[in-house]
Amino acid sequence: MHSLSFDVSHTLAGGLVLISFMMLYQDRLYSLLNVFALHALVLAFSVAWQAYIQNAPHLYVTAAIALVFKAIVIPVALHRIVQQLGIHRDIESAVGIGPTMLAGMGLVALSMVLMLRVTADADPLAREDLAFALSVVLLGLLVMVTRRNAVSQVVGFMSLENGLVLAATGAKGMPLVVEISVAFSILIAFIVIGIFLFRIRERFDSVDVSALDDFRGERR
Amino acid sequence: MVVISDIVVQGVQMLLVLLLAPLLTGFVRKIKARLVRRKGASVFQPYRDLLRLLRKEVVLAENASWLFRVTPYVTFAAIWVAAALVPTFATGLLFNWTADLIAIVALLGSARFFLALAGMDVGTSFGGIGSSREVMIAALAEPAMLLIFFCLALVAGSTQLSTVANVMASSYVGLRVSLGMALIALIMVALAENARIPVDNPATHLELTMVHEAMVLEYSGRHLAMIEFGAFLKLLLYISLIACVFLPWKIAVFGTGPLSYAIGAGAYLVKLAAAGFLLALFETATAKMRVFRVPQFLGAALMLGLLGTLLLFVSRSF
Repeated sequence: MHSLSFDVSHTLAGGLVLISFMMLYQDRLYSLLNVFALHALVLAFSVAWQAYIQNAPHLYVTAAIALVFKAIVIPVALHRIVQQLGIHRDIESAVGIGPTMLAGMGLVALSMVLMLRVTADADPLAREDLAFALSVVLLGLLVMVTRRNAVSQVVGFMSLENGLVLAATGAKGMPLVVEISVAFSILIAFIVIGIFLFRIRERFDSVDVSALDDFRGERR
Repeated sequence: MVVISDIVVQGVQMLLVLLLAPLLTGFVRKIKARLVRRKGASVFQPYRDLLRLLRKEVVLAENASWLFRVTPYVTFAAIWVAAALVPTFATGLLFNWTADLIAIVALLGSARFFLALAGMDVGTSFGGIGSSREVMIAALAEPAMLLIFFCLALVAGSTQLSTVANVMASSYVGLRVSLGMALIALIMVALAENARIPVDNPATHLELTMVHEAMVLEYSGRHLAMIEFGAFLKLLLYISLIACVFLPWKIAVFGTGPLSYAIGAGAYLVKLAAAGFLLALFETATAKMRVFRVPQFLGAALMLGLLGTLLLFVSRSF
């Protein structure tokens, strides 16, 4: 009745959604970064498993990119940025953890309903992958929306991109060039964001983005 | 003849949970003591405690109502019935037609309801604070537990515990991320409901943190013995629930003869010992959290249960 390959990919993709929830739950910056590294690690495993069952060797490259850049380089770099900036290590969230979790559940349910309706006659594996990927993307957006700290917004952005990679690998026949260019543009975006972080910090003595609102004269 | 053997097996099961429950608690305490390099009391100390309490005189507050005197027995009976419904060493026992997961939740819930009422009955401030905290924990733990059971019921196609255990023991169920989440959530709920360490620590009497102890502070003598015994039974119940749903290896199927029952009982003892050891290990490794963090902890369990149920809908077949 069941096949092991489906179950393993289901477990890995479901684990990715779960780790997105763990990101929503964290209230310390360092542990958020560690959870993000775990997210990328699980993504790398998931992509490698897809490469194995789809017999698509180029996906191994994607997995390696995810492993090296997202699971090692970016978290280490973010750790160093946080250290250098001397940021306050509690995360100020705009909404409390409980409502955020509930909103996350709603988003997951929404993406399931949407994807199951839209892709009724697709391959079950791709279907399930797309549903999970959409929920990872939405949860990444939720992390960006609910956090005030710029570093955690960067983490939300990166996890959103992980969801995109998951969707891309679930669909068969994604060319390698596209994936590499996506990964590369993310890296560039990361560097730009890093520079911006230093600029924001220089000007406002904090990375709380609500300072930007004050600067524009938009009092909350 | 069949009926008699049914009654005998079910009776053995009810006696087994009654006899093993204090031993399990004693075992956990012993392991905990050994892990922090203390000698610890004997494994049989909980039995001696119960006997000592039974021999002692009951001291009642002047304004205690009948509710206060009835509650220990009601609580104990409800928990014992619930523990008798959970298959420990064999499925398909005599009471199994009522062994519905929701019925077990309802039995535990009514036990807690009476305990919370009795905590407020005498009118001391400690009882009130304990009851309000216990209800706060229960208000989150119970929906989480129901969601976990919905998830299990969707996989197994039934809320009847024997059927669930048999389905889980068959090779029909593969690797499921939903089941993993349900397992973690159930462990979290079990820790909260049994007043184990990250949520509550019944070994201390610190008014800032006590939940369960504050509620039963007014009890003494045989009433306290009943309540303590109920707590021991509840721990055993949760462990056997987890064991029979998630680790149903070697559990005897109904009517397969005494040999398989014996094997099932042996496997059950091994599972209990392993679970007790893991519990003690976990409790020595973690610190107690603040009372106001408990809702977040249980919210995570609730979320895991809900997520597991949702994820079932994208798996190919449920």
